[in-house]
This record gives sequence, C-alpha cells and structure tokens, in this order.
Amino acid sequence: MRRPAAAHVGVPRWLYLPALLGAGVVLLPLVALLLRTPWADFWGLVTSEASRDALGLSLRTATASTVVCVLLGTPMAVVLARTDFRGQGLLRALVLLPLVLPPVVGGIALLYTFGRRGLLGRTFEVLGVQVAFSTTAVVLAQVFVALPFLVVSLEGALRSAGQRYEVVAASLGARPTTVLRRVTLPLVLPGLVSGAVLAFARSLGEFGATLTFAGSLQGVTRTLPLEIYLRRETDADAAVALSLVLVAVAVLVVGLTRQAGRAR
Amino acid sequence: MTLELAARVPARDVEVELEVGAGETVALLGPNGAGKSTVLSVAAGLVVPDAGRVVLDGRVLTDAAPGARRRVQVPPHDRRTALLAQDASLFPHLDALDNVAFGPRSAGAGRRTARDAARRWLAAVGAEDLAHRRPRQLSGGQAQRVALARALAAEPALLLLDEPMAALDVGVTPALRQVLRRVLADRTVLLVTHDVLDAVLLADRVVVLDAGRVVEQGATGDVLARPRSDFAARVAGLNLVRGAWRDGALHSPDGLRIEGMAHGPALRDGDASVAVFEPQAVSVFLAEPGGSPRNALSVVVTELEPRGGQVRIRAGALAADVTPRAVADLDLAPGRRVVLAVKAHEVAVYGT
Amino acid sequence: MRAPLVAAVVLVAAGCGAAGDGGTGGDGTELTVFAAASLAGPFEQVAETFEAEHEGVRVRLSLAGSSDLVAQVEAGAPADVLATADEETMQRLVDADLADGDPVPFAANRLQLAVPPGNPAGVRSLADLARPGLALVLCAPEVPCGAASARLAGAAGVTLSPVSEERSVTDVLAKVTSGEADAGLVYATDVLAAGDAVEGIALADEGVAPNVYPVVPVAGADEPGLAADFVALLTGPTGQRALADAGFLPARGGR
Repeated sequence: MRRPAAAHVGVPRWLYLPALLGAGVVLLPLVALLLRTPWADFWGLVTSEASRDALGLSLRTATASTVVCVLLGTPMAVVLARTDFRGQGLLRALVLLPLVLPPVVGGIALLYTFGRRGLLGRTFEVLGVQVAFSTTAVVLAQVFVALPFLVVSLEGALRSAGQRYEVVAASLGARPTTVLRRVTLPLVLPGLVSGAVLAFARSLGEFGATLTFAGSLQGVTRTLPLEIYLRRETDADAAVALSLVLVAVAVLVVGLTRQAGRAR
Repeated sequence: MTLELAARVPARDVEVELEVGAGETVALLGPNGAGKSTVLSVAAGLVVPDAGRVVLDGRVLTDAAPGARRRVQVPPHDRRTALLAQDASLFPHLDALDNVAFGPRSAGAGRRTARDAARRWLAAVGAEDLAHRRPRQLSGGQAQRVALARALAAEPALLLLDEPMAALDVGVTPALRQVLRRVLADRTVLLVTHDVLDAVLLADRVVVLDAGRVVEQGATGDVLARPRSDFAARVAGLNLVRGAWRDGALHSPDGLRIEGMAHGPALRDGDASVAVFEPQAVSVFLAEPGGSPRNALSVVVTELEPRGGQVRIRAGALAADVTPRAVADLDLAPGRRVVLAVKAHEVAVYGT
Repeated sequence: MRAPLVAAVVLVAAGCGAAGDGGTGGDGTELTVFAAASLAGPFEQVAETFEAEHEGVRVRLSLAGSSDLVAQVEAGAPADVLATADEETMQRLVDADLADGDPVPFAANRLQLAVPPGNPAGVRSLADLARPGLALVLCAPEVPCGAASARLAGAAGVTLSPVSEERSVTDVLAKVTSGEADAGLVYATDVLAAGDAVEGIALADEGVAPNVYPVVPVAGADEPGLAADFVALLTGPTGQRALADAGFLPARGGR
C-alpha cells in the first residue's frame, strides 16, 4: 500500500553525525571487501570444486536447519506466546540464550550433548547414529544458534496479532488444532517467514559452533564460512572471493524477504 | 433449545441468574460496566465462573459449584455457542465466503459443501454479492453482515450477540437491524445491548443488569411500559407507539395517527409497526398548532414529573419534556387536555 | 547538549583507535614478537630472560597461526620479530621484502600420534590409521601441520581418510582430548603441552625431514637492534634449552 508522504517532526541535526558513523562502521568493511576482490580470477576461484562443495553444503545445511527451526520453533513460539505457566519467563530467557552466547561456547555445549562421550552420544552410538563429524552435526550446530531468531520473531508476531480471531474461531466450533492451522498460523505467516529467513541467514553464517562441534571436511562438514577460514591460510584471494559470495547470498535473502514483505 | 445460566464472577462483581427459552431472544440491557459482556463470556465458555452452571438444551456446559468434586467446563469450540461481537473480526486472510464457510468446515464439512452452505447464509443476510471480497474491502455494515452469516453458518444452539451494532454508523444500523429481525426469529439468542430500540425490535424479553445483578426482567413491552429499575426508566423514556401502517402513517389502536421516517424495508399498508421518538422532541400546546408538518396528538395529561431542570409531562404511555416556565404558562396539570406536537422527521417508524 | 555528546563520540573513537593500532604505550621501549601459537611456552621463557637482560624493555608476544601472522605483518602490523612454524609460510614474508636478512632456523618439530587417554581404538602405528571406521582428525593440507601429515603418509605409503581436516593443531588436539576423534596427527610438542589429556605415540620418521621453525627480524622494525638481540638469544643456549624442554628438536641446519 502506498502511503502519502508524511511531514516529519524532524530529528535533531547532530543526530546525523553518529548515525553516519554507525553506517560507516557497517558499510566500509563491505566496500573494502569489494575493493580487494580479485575480479580477474573471481569466477575461477568461486567455481573451484572446493568452493562449489562448500557453497552447496552451506545451502543444503542452512535449508535443513531452517526447516528444523520452523518445525520446532513454531510450537515453541506458540507455547511461549499463548500459554501461561510458572517459570515461563525463565524458560524464555534460557531458550534465547544462544542469541548472546559466543558460538564456540555453543559448540562446546553441543559436544558435551551429542558428542561420543556426551549426554546423548552413547544412546546415539547404541542406535548406530554417529553425529560427530557428520553433516547432521553441522545442521545441529546451525539449529542451536538459529532457533532463537525464529522463536523471537514469531513470538513477537503472535503477541501483536492477539487472540481476538482465535476466540472467534473457537466460538465457531473450531478445535484448537483447526484454530492453529487455519487462523493462527496464516495470520502470523509474515512473522514466520521473516523468522525463517533470519534463521536461514544465521545458519548460513554459522561458524564457531560448527568448527568446534562438527569438524571440517570438504563436502561433509566444511561449510562456506569454514572454507573461507581455511583458504585464508594459503590463498587470501580465494577467501575474499568466497566472502563476497556469502555477502551476496545474504543480501539476496534479505532483499527477497523485504520484497515479499512489501508485496503483502 | 433452552439456556439456563447462573454465574458468580467475584473478580468482576457479577452474580447473575437468567434463562433463555427455546426460540426466544432475550436482550440483556444495562449501563456500561453492568456485567453484560461477562455474562456472554460465561455462556461462551471464555470466562470460568467461580460458581455457577451453564446448561444449554439439557447439556451441562459449565458446572462450577464451589468445592464441587467434579467441575465441568466444556471448551469454547464444543459448546455450540457462536459469538458475534461489536467488531466483526472477520479473518483477514480469508474472503467473505470462506469466512462464512469456516464454521461448517470446522464441523467437518468438505470444502464444497461448506461453501454451498456459506453462500446460502450470505444470501440470508443479503450479502451474497460480497462473497469474494476480502474483509478489508468491506464497509463496517457489510462486514457485520458477513460476520452474522458466519455465526449463523456454525449452526449454534445459542447465538450470543455482543452489541452487534454499536460500532456501526447510525446510517447503516436500521438495515442490519432488519436483517437481525429476520434471522433471529425462532432462534435462541442472548443479545447484549444498551439501545432500547434493539430490545423493542429484536427481543421477546429483556433482562436488565445493573452493577452485576439482575434488577429487572420480563416481557419487553411490560418492562418498558412499567420500568422499575433506574436504568429501564431512563431508557424507557423513549416514546414508543405501536400500531399499523396505513396511508403513509402509523395508526395506533387508540386513534393516534403518526407520520415519521420509515426505516428498513418499505412498509406496506397493514404492516405492524412502531413509531419511536424522544420526549425532548415533543412540544406541548393547548390547541392544535397550524402550518408546520407536525404530528398533533390530542391527549390528556396524567402526570407531571420534575426531571432536573425540566418537567416531564406524561399522557398515558407518551411523554414530553418541557420547561417549568411552560408548565406555568400553559397551566398544565393532570386531567388537562393538550396537544403533543412532534415533527415527522423526529419520528422513526419501524416495521415489527 | 551538543558539545558533551560530540566530545563523547570523539573520545570513544579515540579509544577505539588506541586499542586498534597497538601503539607503544608506557614509558619503556617495547619489542613486539609475532610467533606461531605452538611456540607459546618457550617464547614466554625467552621473553622473560630478554627483559631481565635489557633494562626498561618490555617484550610483547603476539601468538597466532603462522599464516595469520604473516598476513598481519603484510597489512602493516608493528612486528619487530616474526617466528613461523614452517619455512613455506616464512617464504611469503621474504617474497614480500619484509624480512630483514635471511630467516634463521631455530627449532624443529616432528609429528606424533595423539590418542585419547587409554587409547580406546588401540592405535599403534601410522598403518593403523587407515583402518575403516576409525575417527581420524588431521590438519588440513593447506596448513603446515597438514602438509607435514600428507608428506609423512605419502612416504609411508598409507592412504589416510580423515573425518575432519582442521585448520590448526589446537583444533586437532581438541577433537582428540574431547574423545570425538580416535586419533590425530599433531606435533610432539603439542602432545607434551597437553599433559595427561592425550597420550602420544612416537612414529617412525619414514625418512621425512622434521618441520623447521625459522625466525627473522621484520624489515623496518622500530627496534632493529633489539630484534637482532632477540633472535640471538633464541638461537643461543638460553633459547635452545627452553625449546628442548618443550619438546622441540634442534634445527640442525634446516632442511
């Protein structure tokens, strides 16, 4: 919907200085990256087998972890937004902890949970499931860091949508499952989509937890950020070129979401 | 289908007991904060009373006797009570047709069957041409019609209406009221309103609530004619003259002829109707005034009643508010014959 | 209202700058030494001795991966001395004309097998590493320890298929100490430094030369004299004793 040009109250002039500085802090490094990009070899660098494997793995794992985040995060957000129980505030704070936790700490925690000597590792080993050094471990690490983004975003959407429509739906004879499926979720779909995009972007950029927990092997666990980290050792140009690819994917994802948000 | 409701909700200082007979529409009248909406919420299962029972058609929906071993609280979706609020609350992601089809779908009907039913209900409220509009493309009155169709399509055993016209422009209320009159007939309905006209036109009985207690109840006509509670007395101050429509005017059984602005569908000769106007709109004369297009009703004063700075002149069921000065000038007293004059455009006439 | 805020912004910016450029704070002279992470222990000892011998001089040690260190020097980091974990990486500094003279080999290091305490997988030799189902972790071929691992395996005619190729020895060691990996190839000095957390198993050298650690003063250093002194101390008896204590081998003429 087009809104008429609004007359603003105006912001204090001096505000532009720190605002500009802030923008510079974010944008200047991106400009520097562009300037350092080896355009002549760019295509060769980003299409090498290792690069393609890393990008492919990153996209696959980020997609998988986004799906897991939606499947687990949606119920979490609904429970947090629509129910009331003792300790709920504490639970919410704990669940959102990965937002502020250094990813390497997350990796260590995951190691002690799903690792061979971890809390669940034994059980998994008995069941014949090896999590360590597998692509599953990469997805687990990504889910760990990305899930809170989806939950926060969706819970906010649920709270601002309110329960008005759900009450009406129940009074029309809709069972709770029907209400969730046909009223609640469609209403918060924009919030769910933007939460999923955030989770995808966060998964794509996941590095610390993956490195600590999943290891690094081409095509199995070495995602694009890990590949960039490794390449820097021998081939700075390749690292820069791949960094640019990651930036481009991130920009694309964010841009598409904004576009989708505006079309709505 | 009968509703028996008894509820004590101390948190909102409500303690109410009432019944709605099968096929009966009961208007719940009362000032703001009297507890009307709380009663509806208890019926709908959205508020659990500290003590009380809700029985619909012999089925116990709520049983919350204090200290009872077995408390019953049927969840809202399983009570067969549909709620229509001030705000239409149409699901914004569904068009009007699918909004109306929501109830049948929830009851297990297939998409096609549910849509067929929805189309019928939209037609019943005169909104069939709105089927494919999104809620944001509907005006307030249109949305409320669709919401009504949606509530009806759920085929509730009890329809709960919470001031369904309070949020609408006055211009569209008469039309919606007509629709309600048509579809509420023979249904079991509990209607919350603060508009006495709703009670007159839609309800068989009224229950007056004040400060969370039932202060008065009875057949609509009885309560309005002989109000015992303050609130009923205040709202009953409206002049209501029932009669039959003939030659562009309402004729009452005791010989009054009243012209007014007809609301709703066109009235035909012989239609039962009611004329409504405020005491403030009535002037008092000793002889019939000439000239202006007024209704002139020749009556005998039965009572004078001071009301603030005004004096209310009663003549049988009719009332007029005049200044004390006019009372003195005209030498008004019970037994005196006067002419009550009211302009035709101050009178609203409804078919009943 | 405006003046204090601007002042605050400037102060914050200045603070950031000071922290970032690593300027020479304090009264005395500073010698900045960039060294490969595996050299941490012996270099701290050498630095202590150096400070004792040079009144008023403080040694700042910056420990990181060799490649990162070279990249930092190339980008203008104020290093006086650079010590790397292999000669290939050092060659990049030489190629960039940032070495003041020829790098001097001062220590060597051999690969060892690191296994979790108790050696649950029962690994004894390089050949055991090719066993299917064994969780082996190596350094990636792109980093010095990985290149060394590849040379060793090649010489022994063993094909290794690791479950993970890490970017640093530390990461390989972490996977072994946590028990995720059954075995890892790391330097003998790393096994020694890890103490009881891992068991080391010495390997036959298969005719492969050990990794050589070179050191060189950085061209354009603020303190060229002190830098030369530091290199001398490192290659002299004090430095060599500290390195030997940490498990390093003498350089003995490099490759």
